[in-house]
Amino acid sequence: MSFRAIQRILGLLLMVFSLSMLPPVGVALFYGDGGFAAFLAAFGWLLAVGAAIWWPVRHDRRDLRLRDGFVVVTLFWTVLGIAGALPLYISPQPAIGLTDAIFESMSGLTTTGATVLVGLESLPRAVLYYRQQMQWLGGMGIVILAVALLPMLGVGGMALYRAEMPGPVKDAKLTPRITQTARMLWVVYVAITAACATGYFFAGMSPFDAIGHAFSTVAIGGFSHYDASMGHFESRAVELVAVFFMLVGAMNFGLHFVAWRSGRFGIYWRDPECAAFLRLMLLLSMITVTYLLVAGDYDDTLQLATDGVFQAISIATTTGFTTSHFHHWPGGLPVLLLFASFIGGCAGSTAGGLKVVRCLLLVKQGRREIIRLVHPNAQIPVQLGGRAVPLRIVDAVWGFFAVYVGVFAVLMLSLMATGLDQVTAFSAIAATLNNLGPGLGGVAQNYAAIGPVGKWVCVLAMLLGRLEIFTLLILFTVTFWRK
Amino acid sequence: MKIIILGAGQVGRTAAYHLAREEANDVTVVDVNDHLLRDLQDRLDIRTVMGSGAHPNILELAGAASADMIVALTNSDEVNMVACQVAWTLFRTRTKIARIRSLAYTGHEALFFDTDTPPPDGAGFPVDVYISPEELVTQYVERLIRYSGALQVLDFADGRVRLVGLKAVRGGPLVGQQLRNLREHLPNVDARVVAIYRAGNSIAPEGDTVIEHEDEVFFLAATEDMRKVMVEMRRVDDAVKRVVIAGGGNIGLRLAQRIEERYQVKIIERDATRARRIAEILRNAVVLHGDAADEELLIEENIDSADVFCAVTNAEEANILSAMLAKRLGAHRVMALINRPAYAEMMQSGSIDVAISPQSVTIGSLLAHVRRGDVVRVHSLRRGAAEAIEAIAHGSRGGKVVGRRVEEIKLPKGATIGAIVRGQDVIMGHHDTLVEADDHVIVFLSDRRHVEAVERLFQE
Repeated sequence: MSFRAIQRILGLLLMVFSLSMLPPVGVALFYGDGGFAAFLAAFGWLLAVGAAIWWPVRHDRRDLRLRDGFVVVTLFWTVLGIAGALPLYISPQPAIGLTDAIFESMSGLTTTGATVLVGLESLPRAVLYYRQQMQWLGGMGIVILAVALLPMLGVGGMALYRAEMPGPVKDAKLTPRITQTARMLWVVYVAITAACATGYFFAGMSPFDAIGHAFSTVAIGGFSHYDASMGHFESRAVELVAVFFMLVGAMNFGLHFVAWRSGRFGIYWRDPECAAFLRLMLLLSMITVTYLLVAGDYDDTLQLATDGVFQAISIATTTGFTTSHFHHWPGGLPVLLLFASFIGGCAGSTAGGLKVVRCLLLVKQGRREIIRLVHPNAQIPVQLGGRAVPLRIVDAVWGFFAVYVGVFAVLMLSLMATGLDQVTAFSAIAATLNNLGPGLGGVAQNYAAIGPVGKWVCVLAMLLGRLEIFTLLILFTVTFWRK
Repeated sequence: MKIIILGAGQVGRTAAYHLAREEANDVTVVDVNDHLLRDLQDRLDIRTVMGSGAHPNILELAGAASADMIVALTNSDEVNMVACQVAWTLFRTRTKIARIRSLAYTGHEALFFDTDTPPPDGAGFPVDVYISPEELVTQYVERLIRYSGALQVLDFADGRVRLVGLKAVRGGPLVGQQLRNLREHLPNVDARVVAIYRAGNSIAPEGDTVIEHEDEVFFLAATEDMRKVMVEMRRVDDAVKRVVIAGGGNIGLRLAQRIEERYQVKIIERDATRARRIAEILRNAVVLHGDAADEELLIEENIDSADVFCAVTNAEEANILSAMLAKRLGAHRVMALINRPAYAEMMQSGSIDVAISPQSVTIGSLLAHVRRGDVVRVHSLRRGAAEAIEAIAHGSRGGKVVGRRVEEIKLPKGATIGAIVRGQDVIMGHHDTLVEADDHVIVFLSDRRHVEAVERLFQE
C-alpha cells in the first residue's frame, strides 16, 4: 500500500472536485437568488483542503497499484459524499442538519435520487441546480472523469477505472490508453446529455428545467426540481423523452461509443446484454400497462399507457422519477417494479442494481443445472452472445449475488431495528442499494420520515450499491491490509 | 503511433512494455492466451484482444484499420508472416515487422519485400523488417566473447562504429586518471567516452572526470580501434581460446556454429536426443551430454581453464546457477542469459561477469521503427534506462542540427553526441565538430525519458 501515492491522488481529486462548486455560483449570480455565498465558501474550503492534502506529497511519483485503486475510489466517494454536503449544510436554505445534508449529497452522487427535502420549489435555484449536477457527475463516475482529465495516472488510472466501473467484466478497454477510454466515455455522456436537454426543451420545459432534468435522466439519478418529480410537468411529450433517455442511459456506454464511431446501430441488438435489457423493459411495460387496464381506474387510456410505461422504465432502470402515486397501484405491481430494479441497467451504464448481464448469467447458470440433471454427462458451457463465458466470471457473479443478498438482508434488518415497518425497511434498502430512489410505504415520497440512524444505514447502502459492494467491502477484510 | 503487437510471449511482453511506456504510443496486444493478456493488462496501460493474430476479424477488432504499425512476435513464423500479409492486403498497415526465426525462411530474401519499395511483380510477403531474436542474441554473445572484458558491444553505422560498455579494473593505464589523458595515451586513436556509471548512478563524463576502479564505462570508437581503447581501461585479457556453452537449444547451437572454427568449443546439453542431434550438426565442437550445473562434469571437462563460460539455456535460473558454479570452479569469465531485469541487475553486480538480456538486445531493433525522425538504429542500454540512438541529420544549414557545431546543438540533459559517420568516415563528436547534412549522428542518452527531445531534433 503506497499511502503517499494515495494521498497525492486524493488531494488532486478533491481539488478537481472543488471546481464543481463554480457552476452553481454562476447559476446563483444569474438568477440572483443569493445562494452563491455558500457555494463560494465550499469551493474555497475544498480547494484548500485538497491542496493541503496534496502539497506535502506533490513530488511523489510512485504508480498506483491495483490495490490502491480500491482505497482511492472508496475514500474518494466517502470524502465526496461529505464534501458535497458542505454547500447544502452551509446554505441557509435548505435549513438541514449534517446527516440530512450528507444523505442528500450521497444520494445525488450515487445517482440514487432519494431525497429528504420537502418543498423543493422554494429552494434557491443554485441549490436545485447543484443537486442535479451532483447526479450527473456521479453518473459516469467522477473518478473516471478525473482519470480523463489527469493524464499522469497511467496504469493507476486503470486501477481506479476498475474499482469504479460497474459490471462483472472490467477489462474491456475501448482504446489502448485508459485516459482516452475515460475521455471517450465522458464525451459520449456529454453528447447524450445535450441531446436529452434539447429533447426536454422542445417537449416544453424551461431551459433551466431541461438541463437539470437531463442531468438526472441520463445519469439514471432521479432528482427533480419539484416535489412532484416528473409529474409536475403533466406532459406526455416530456414523459416520452424521459423514457427514451432513461433507456439510453441504462445501456452500456461502451456500446454507445462503438455505435457512434462506426455508425452501425445494429450492435445494440446484437449485444446479448443490451438485447436482453430491451426485451425485459418491453415485457415489464406490457405487464404494467395490462395490469393497470385490467384494474381499470383510469379515464384516459392513452395517459394510462404513457404513465404505465414511464413508471415501469423509471423504476426498472433505477432512475426513480415518478409521475403518479405508483405505490398506490393495485396488487403486486409496485413490488414487481421494485424487484425489477434489482436487475437494473446494463454493465458499464449509469444505472444501479445487479446489472442485466449478471442476471442473465445467473439465469443461464440455473438453466444449465436443470439440463445437467437430465443429461448428467453433457458438456454445457454458459454462453453469452455465442461465446463461452469463463467459469471464473460465472463464479464471480455468484459470489457477487450472494454478497448482494447478504448485505441486503443485514441492512434491511438494521433498518427495521430502528423501528421501521417491514415494507418501508424493505423498500428503502432496495431503493438505496439499487440506487433507485423512491420506495414504498414510509419512503414513497421522500426519506424525511426515517430517523438519523436509518439515514446513515441508507447512506451506506447507496455507497455499497454504487461501488458494487466489493470495492467497499474489500477494505474491511484483513487480507487486504496485510502487508 | 498506433501499434498492434501480436503475441504476448516473452518478446511480445517486453515490446509492449517498452512501447507503451512512451506516452505517444497506443499499444494493443493480441494473443490467444487469455491469462497472459489479463496479466499484461494489469501491468501496462494497453488494450488487449483475445484471438489469433493472423485472423482478419481479430486484427480489425484490434484496430488494424487505423494502426501505423504491426509487430508480429508470436512463436510461429507462419502466423507472423500471414499476419503481415493480412495487415497489408486488407488494412494497408504501413510498417510491418515480423519475428521470423527459421533460417529456412530468412535464408531467402526474395520471400519478403518492403512495401515502401515494392518489387514490380509484387510477389512475396509484405514484411518490411524481420527480426530473429535468437539470431540477434547469438550475434551479441559472439561479440561479447570476441571482446573479452566487454559488458556490451553494440554496432552502429553497419558496424563501422561500436559502442562498448565495460567495467574499469585497477591496473588499466587510464584507471585513476582524468579522461582528457586518453588522447595522450592513444595519440592516433579517436575515441569518446559517452557515459560513466558509478555504483549504478550516471556521471556526466567531462575532461577532468577521473575513471575509478569498478566504474562502468561506455565509449564509442571506430571498430578497428576498439581493442586499443579497451586495453586502457583494464589489464590485458589473454585472448580467448576455450569456450564452454551450457545449453544446446536454439541460441546455444547457433552460437557454437558461429564460433567453433575460431575457438575450442564445448557445449553441454541435458537432453540426450538433442545432444545427439547437435553433435551431428557441429563439426569441431565437442558436445557433452549432461547437466551444466553438475560439478563433477564441469571439473572433468577442465572448467578451470575455460576462458568463457556461457549459459544460454532457456531456463534463466539454471543459467544463473550454472554460471555461478562455473565461476567458483575457476572459469575465467562467465555469462548468463537472464530474462528478468531484476535478476540481471542482481547478478551483474556480483557473481556473474555479464548478464545477457535477450529483451534489450531485441527491443532496439523495434524501437528504431517507432522513433520519429530519421532514426536508423536504437540500442536499449542498462535494462532500458539508457538509450543509444543513431539518427540521420536532414535539412539545410542553420537547422536544429545540420550546419551546427556539436556544442551548439541543444541536447537534453544527459545526452551526448558520441560520434558522427559521414560516408565512410568516422568522426568523433568533439565540441567543435560541424554536423553536415546526411551525417549519421550517434547520440547517447543516459536518461531515456528525454528521448522525445532528441527525436524532435532530428525531425524535419
